[in-house]
Amino acid sequence: MRVMAQMAMVMNLDKCIGCHTCSVTCKQAWTNRTGVEYVWFNNVETRPGIGYPRTYEDQDRWRGGWVRTRRGRLKLRAGGRLSKLAHIFSNPTLPEIHDYYEPWTYDYDVLLSSPQGEHTPVARPKSLLTGDDMKITWSANWDDNLGGAGETMADDPVLASMSTQVKAEFEQTFMFYLPRICEHCLNPSCVASCPSGAMYKRVEDGIVLVDQDKCRGWRMCVTGCPYKKVYFNHKTGKAEKCTMCYPRLEVGLPTVCSETCVGRLRYLGLVLYDEEKVLEAASVEDEHALLDAQRSVFLDPHDPEVVAAARAADIPQDWIDAAQRSPIWRLISEYQVALPLHPEYRTMPMVWYIPPLSPVVDVVSGSGADGEDAPTLFAAIDRLRIPLEYLAGLFTAGDVEPVREVLQRLAAMRAHMRNVNLGVEQDERIAAAVGMDAEEMEAMYRLLAIAKYEDRYVIPVAHAEVARDLEEIATGCSLETEGGPGMGGAGPFGSSSGRPMRASVETFHALRHRQQADQAPAGDGTPERVNLLNWDGNGAPAGMFPPAPGEPGYGEGPGTPDEAHR
Amino acid sequence: MTPTDTLLWVALPYAVAAVFVVGHVWRYRYDQFGWTTRSSQVYENRLLRWGSPMFHLGILMVIAGHVVGLLVPRTWLEAIGIDEHAYHLGATWMGTAAAVLTIAGLVILIYRRRMVGPVFLATTRSDKLMYVVLAATLGFGTAATVLYQVFGAAYDYRGSISPWIRSLLTFQPQPALMSDVPLMFQLHVLSALVLFAIWPFTRLVHVFSAPVGYLFRPYVVYRSRDRASGSSRAVRPGWERVERPGARPRL
Repeated sequence: MRVMAQMAMVMNLDKCIGCHTCSVTCKQAWTNRTGVEYVWFNNVETRPGIGYPRTYEDQDRWRGGWVRTRRGRLKLRAGGRLSKLAHIFSNPTLPEIHDYYEPWTYDYDVLLSSPQGEHTPVARPKSLLTGDDMKITWSANWDDNLGGAGETMADDPVLASMSTQVKAEFEQTFMFYLPRICEHCLNPSCVASCPSGAMYKRVEDGIVLVDQDKCRGWRMCVTGCPYKKVYFNHKTGKAEKCTMCYPRLEVGLPTVCSETCVGRLRYLGLVLYDEEKVLEAASVEDEHALLDAQRSVFLDPHDPEVVAAARAADIPQDWIDAAQRSPIWRLISEYQVALPLHPEYRTMPMVWYIPPLSPVVDVVSGSGADGEDAPTLFAAIDRLRIPLEYLAGLFTAGDVEPVREVLQRLAAMRAHMRNVNLGVEQDERIAAAVGMDAEEMEAMYRLLAIAKYEDRYVIPVAHAEVARDLEEIATGCSLETEGGPGMGGAGPFGSSSGRPMRASVETFHALRHRQQADQAPAGDGTPERVNLLNWDGNGAPAGMFPPAPGEPGYGEGPGTPDEAHR
Repeated sequence: MTPTDTLLWVALPYAVAAVFVVGHVWRYRYDQFGWTTRSSQVYENRLLRWGSPMFHLGILMVIAGHVVGLLVPRTWLEAIGIDEHAYHLGATWMGTAAAVLTIAGLVILIYRRRMVGPVFLATTRSDKLMYVVLAATLGFGTAATVLYQVFGAAYDYRGSISPWIRSLLTFQPQPALMSDVPLMFQLHVLSALVLFAIWPFTRLVHVFSAPVGYLFRPYVVYRSRDRASGSSRAVRPGWERVERPGARPRL
């Protein structure tokens, strides 16, 4: 047994309202730079839908992930090592930028500089690739809320694998939102595809990263990832991907997408797993067995043997404690309500989803029946084959049974908590019907419905004794664009060449302190400098305004307190 | 032997070699982030799918041909039974085939670079310079082959250019060998020297990161956070911040 820790995420799809706040904040934080205009590390898809990039789930076309050979070994679907090198001059299955969408901006200057006239000036869309006028025909989220579904939706690879009768009916049937980030897989095919060895999985927390200094732009990782969550920065010629906001995680803050999630549907925490069993589990023959195989790789953090092995593997005690409190472990293994996205890609993804019960509830309530009655819901889950089969296509390689079990648990929780809240007599059979008891059911309810901040995010900080090493590069300073106010800009060999700048870990510490403090940090009234970039609007820190007449320090001007008073 | 000969066939090659080697070492240490193929495949694939493999396979054949023709002495080849006639036939026909492949690929790539909007916009000045020098080198080389080897009387460069290169490599330069070489070959050599001189400062550096190691490493790479924060994070000597004695620690 070789214990490793993995930072993982679970998303509760019932709570997703499709507001795209996660996508927008992520983009603001990480991909608001030239070269990655078309890149969304986090995107929210309406399902059924064809996704971003278009039809990325069609692996016959895009060749991502692993396949099992007849002899029971795993090989990359896009071809092994020699085949990769043979295709290095032109990757046959690389998505073009138009498979994502052509990024654009608007000619806003027209609005300001047009002379007064009869007609209102129009800011026309301009392509960010060519600078020319363009017609916007697609974007990262063109089919939001099934918009234009009649045109495109037949191309949804998950629908395509279902019967034609389903396809005809889906639009009246249901829809839900699927937020996606990098899966930070246990068996990452992007890492395996990288000819330079620039992509790696961090030993400490399993986050998959691209070493920007080592990447040589061979772009095999883009093909290798079946979720198409590695992107090619067309300005720098390097691969970029979701970093799980590791500079934030290292100081105990949740990722930007989690922190800003309006529905509070994301959970972050550690999972302990046995690294030696990963390959075996990813290679099981039956695709329907992959879910259980992956569950069996995870280790019970309360098991004394596992704890001893974790200590032996140099996992710090506070990380083991965090693994024991992890909401991920509870949702995946204890309550078994979370499912992986497309386990059939055999990458062992580590962002799991609680499938939505709401399509079923909506139908039941819409028909005038009681949407919180357990028998009614159970019957409806069985009867509504279409959502069930579609969800199975996403989360269980087409096996309906695990999805049914999860939905039944969620339905049972609904019915049980209705009884609790109404103060009527408890019906023990509801919980028992899904293999749980009342206590477990209420604990699951607290985690899923109440979802306190501390319960959703159990993030152990990276160890302070290595603080110096934590001064990692971020993918770049957002101010550091060409002509921007930052220090960098184009180096001598194209964009951002030369040495990277350091992202300071202190900024994150200061930010966390301010966010978690009850009040604005108290000052002693002496004038000092205030960094407005760190100011969160929370009160007026000392030194923000010059002292009023009569206050200490009046008229002295900004200086260090050492010189002024101390 | 004139001073011009010494300059062109001794001083220049050694200066270029120095720039080539030192330039690469410097670039590798200074500019890991800029060391990339700068692929433009995401913009356009239909032309690249043909042009790029044609050019790259062609140029690899060209390089292999040059190694055999320039670095391997005639006597070695004769020892394994390749006489002058066999060599000439092989070199001329395979060389011509490689040249056709390379130049056709390059024409497609240059056409694509000029005509496909996003690709043209992503073209830097260093790219343009590199394309000119590269095309000139290929053009002169092909012209020399066609004029002298295919239609001419088979110029014996293995009696002049090849020994000159080997004399440079053994640090006993013999510039006299080059003075009577036909102009087309001289131009080819000179433009190649210019290409080598600008090489470390262009995208051509990607040649030296051909990922051979991929064949021998395990698929999934694990790396520790400690190691990940190695080389490039270090503050460059001379660029440490000024700390005023007695000042508050910077936050």
